[in-house]
Order: sequence, then structure tokens, then C-alpha cells
Amino acid sequence: MNIHAVRSIYMFEMSRTARTLMQSIVSPVLSTSLYFVVFGAAIGSRITQIEGIEYGAFIVPGLIMLTLLTQSVMNASFGIYFPRFTGTIYELLSAPISYIEIVLGYVGAAATKSIILGLIILATAGFFVPLRIAHPVWMMAFLLLTAITFSLLGFIIGIWADGFEKLQIIPLLLITPLTFLGGSFYSINVLPPFWQTVSLFNPVVYLVSGFRWSFYEVSDVHVGTSLAMTFVFLIACLGVVGWIFKTGYRLKN
Amino acid sequence: MSPIISISNLSKTYATGFHALKGINLDIARGEIFALLGPNGAGKTTLISTVCGIVNPSGGTVTVDGHDILTDFRKARELIGLVPQELTTDAFETVWATTSFSRGLFGKAANPAHIERVLKDLSLWDKKDNKIMTLSGGMKRRVLIAKALSHEPRILFLDEPTAGVDVQLRKDMWEVVRKLRASGVTIILTTHYIEEAEEMADRIGVINKGELIVVEEKKTLISKLGKKQLTLELQKKLDAVPQVIFADQLTLSADGMNLTYTYDTEAERTGITRLLNALSEADIRFRDLSTTQSSLEDIFVDLVRQPR
Ligand SMILES: Nc1ncnc2c1ncn2[C@@H]1O[C@H](COP(=O)(O)OP(=O)(O)OP(=O)(O)O)[C@@H](O)[C@H]1O
Ligand SMILES: [Mg+2]
Repeated sequence: MNIHAVRSIYMFEMSRTARTLMQSIVSPVLSTSLYFVVFGAAIGSRITQIEGIEYGAFIVPGLIMLTLLTQSVMNASFGIYFPRFTGTIYELLSAPISYIEIVLGYVGAAATKSIILGLIILATAGFFVPLRIAHPVWMMAFLLLTAITFSLLGFIIGIWADGFEKLQIIPLLLITPLTFLGGSFYSINVLPPFWQTVSLFNPVVYLVSGFRWSFYEVSDVHVGTSLAMTFVFLIACLGVVGWIFKTGYRLKN
Repeated sequence: MSPIISISNLSKTYATGFHALKGINLDIARGEIFALLGPNGAGKTTLISTVCGIVNPSGGTVTVDGHDILTDFRKARELIGLVPQELTTDAFETVWATTSFSRGLFGKAANPAHIERVLKDLSLWDKKDNKIMTLSGGMKRRVLIAKALSHEPRILFLDEPTAGVDVQLRKDMWEVVRKLRASGVTIILTTHYIEEAEEMADRIGVINKGELIVVEEKKTLISKLGKKQLTLELQKKLDAVPQVIFADQLTLSADGMNLTYTYDTEAERTGITRLLNALSEADIRFRDLSTTQSSLEDIFVDLVRQPR
């Protein structure tokens, strides 16, 4: 294992984050605050409680998930797409490193960044609503697993994409709708039975549900199911990444 | 000594179906400077990229200091520094950061003293805190060289290092290359400036359409393929090539005033004495004479022009 290489890639990516601090941190925090104002204060004041939890507090895990998913995908996809775009990827390909080091560096940095963002949003939420975290360790575990899984997904997108539009399209057309429909702002139990069944095909439901359980001990699906599904996504992404490097897909001629 | 790089039967077919390399066999000796020449599209970059791990080979094997580039890629690649043909650099990083990054990527612990030495050797020291995008093209080229040297490679590939570089800088680079060679680094370079190969290389390989057509010591190549020409400036105009000995090696200039004899320097006897005697017997007199030897450039143009 080439530890120096992992550290180099990781630090390179983190310094890119630091350089673009404004759009990296400030804008997600700002947009999340807006959600609180709109959904929490304006609409939430009309909705009393969901499953015994004040609406403003109920949406916090979903909001964090929304940021976590979009940021993980965007950071990781951009991180690996950019060297491909500029051509500096030659250095990664000619270095004495295997895909394990490349993935650890890029995905590690993207996941770190989105976890930091998640925690910042959690702290921001504390200003607007009373927070309660029943299982902090599980909360961190879900945060970590989700960040890693979606950073891997972002990495895959960054390798698959052959233009900047494609980088934008997945978060925009897939992640955001799935998160909105995945019970971030409501419990899927309030849906008609048919739509509840449809929702179970939405992977984000499992993530949000498990994450919310670690806060308030209420969930749409059993927490064990959430955990298992998270691992399934993680393993699926690892499998695709492994295949990419084995075949050199979009990386090597 | 065993070769430091051993390429056998290497072939590459791109996804487009194009055969860029057709069974290349080549050994690179330790510590030599090897110049790879060839016209645009000959396969120079493809060959280098394959050895460095950027392009997957379609067939054949390559070992670097005994390590197979596919099965033992870590050991093989650790030894190699690559300066690519294209100016591909980060934009927002500083010179110092990007050079240190490369060192780490190749598995070496940080060593600011070494990075400082490399940057100073390449006259980049005063630019170390500048963002790369603020540098000129020639400076970016030097940054790429600094990155390649950051991890103290034993083998350095330079893919057209002096393209778009001014005369002074080119001389500086040659100096850097000589210093590296003196410290035992093996250097493989490609260039379109023949005088560069003539000046720098120990051995020369010529590649054309994916095939290595010649690999020779530079001196041997020049003398083996080198032709000398004896030009006689005549006193009286001739209408046709005189029918004397070696007539098939004689050419007459358009104005009929210069007779040129082309001969092989390798031949045991050049035949000059016999020719001159024959001419004087034929009563052809001359005012002056001169000889010229073909340069590597002429040889090169000759080689790749021949249909193969
Ligand atoms: N990715 C690719 N896909 C298909 N064909 C390619 C690819 N890269 C190179 N080629 C083709 O392979 C041949 C060799 O290209 P290569 O870049 O190795 O040439 P070169 O000798 O380095 O030329 P130059 O002097 O112009 O740099 C060319 O005909 C080129 O068009
Ligand atoms: Mg080339």
C-alpha cells in the first residue's frame, strides 16, 4: 500500500476544498437554512407534529441527507473528472499506485468534506429547532456509510461522464428528486399504500429512515433493513469501481 | 549488464482498430541516452505511454529493471519519471505544491531539500509560490520536468521536452539531461529536432508507422548510413554526365558546372583517386572541390521516405 500516495491525493483534494471554501461550505449551509425557514418555520407552523416530533425537527435528518448525498456525488465526481478533463490524469495512471489508493484518496476526501458539511448543517439546525439525538454513534455510522457510498457513486459518475453537463445531470435529475420523494420532508406512512410500495424502490428511503431513527427512534422501515440496504449500495458501488479499474474503462486506451 | 528496460514484441491496437505499434523489440541500456525519432503519428508517444502504464498494451511484454510492467507495476513505475508531450498541468496549484504532490504520489516521503534542488536546477525556484496558470508555456514545460524528477527516478522519459522552448532554455535542458545522465539516470527522449538527438543521444531508434526500423549507436548510424559527397566545380560546362568510371554515382548540376560524386564512407576504398584520374584522362578539369557529409537529419528523412 502506497500510503504517501493516498495522503498526497487526499491532501490535494482537501486543499481544493479549502480554496473553494465559499461554494464548498457557505452555499450548502445557506440553502439548508432557507429550507428551515420555508419548511420549518413557514409551513411547519401549520403542521403540528409527525409521529410525535415537531415538524421542524422531523425534517433535520432528511435535510442533512439531502446535502450529504448531493455533496458527496458532486465532490467525488468533480474530483476525478477534472484530472481527466485537463489531462493531468496521466500522472495518476503512471504512478506506482493501484485503484485502492486512488479511491481511498479521492473518495476519502469527498466523504470527509460532505461529513463536515453534514455536521455543520446539524449545528446550523440547532439554531432553528430543538434537536435530540438518541443514538449518536449510529448517527455517525449512517453519516459515514452514506458519505462513503455516495462518494463512490460520484467517483463512478466522474469516470463515466464525458462532459461537465453529465456531472450536473445525475445530482440534478436523480439524487435531488429521489431525496425529496424519499421521505426527507414527510413520513412515507402518510402516503397511500400504492405509493408506499413504490417508495420502497427508492434507495434514499432506507438512508433517510435509518438516519432519522438514530435521532428520534422513529422510522419508515426497520433500522436493520436500512443498515443492510446501505451496505448493499456500498458493495454495489465498490464492485463497479473495481470493474472500472480492472478494465481501464474510460481511463486507459 | 542487463538492460534497464526490455521491450519484446510489444504491440498496440487502439479501440479504433488502428495498429499504433507492431511488434516492437527494444532494449535500453543502463545509463544511456536513447533518442526515439520518427514522423508525426509514428507511435513514439504510444510506445512511451505503454511502458509508463498509461496505455494498455495489446500484446508483448515490457520489463523495467526486471519488473514486469503489468504484474509488478509498482516496482516498475517507481523507477520511472515521465514528462508528457502535452502541457498538462493543474492550473490553481503552486509550483511547489504540484511538485511535492508528485513525489508523494510515487510513494516517497516528503523531502523539501530535494524539491528545492530540482526547482533550482530548472530555474523555477523564484516561481515556486506562483500558481501554474500564471506561468509561460516554457515554464510549464519545466514544471512537468520538475514533477517527473521529484521522486528521484532511475529512468526518465522525455516526450518532446523541447517543443516550443526557446534556444536558451533548450540548452539549459540539455544541461539538466547531461547532469542526470552523469548521476546514472537512463534517459529516453523523443524529439523532432534532429540536432538535439545528434547532440545528446548515445543511441538512436527510428520508428515509422509503428515499426522500429533502425536502432543504432549514433556514431555507427551516421557513418553506416552516412554518405559523403564530393563536389567538383568545373572549368568548362558539361552537357551530360561524362561516361567515365562510377558514372552511375555522378550527377551534374542544372547549369552543367558542378559534378557531384556520392560515395559510401563505409566502403573500403572511396574510389576518389580513380575517379579523378579518369576525369583527367577524359580531359575534364576543375577549379575547386569540396566534400560534405550527410547529417542525421538527411539520414532520417531518407529512412522514413523509403516505402516499407
Ligand atoms: N487514443 C487513440 N485512439 C486511436 N488512435 C490513436 C490514439 N492515440 C494515438 N492514436 C494513433 O496512433 C498513432 C501514433 O500516435 P502517437 O501519438 O504515438 O504518435 P507520435 O509518434 O507520438 O507522434 P507525434 O510526433 O505527433 O507526437 C497515430 O496515428 C495516432 O492517430
Ligand atoms: Mg507524440
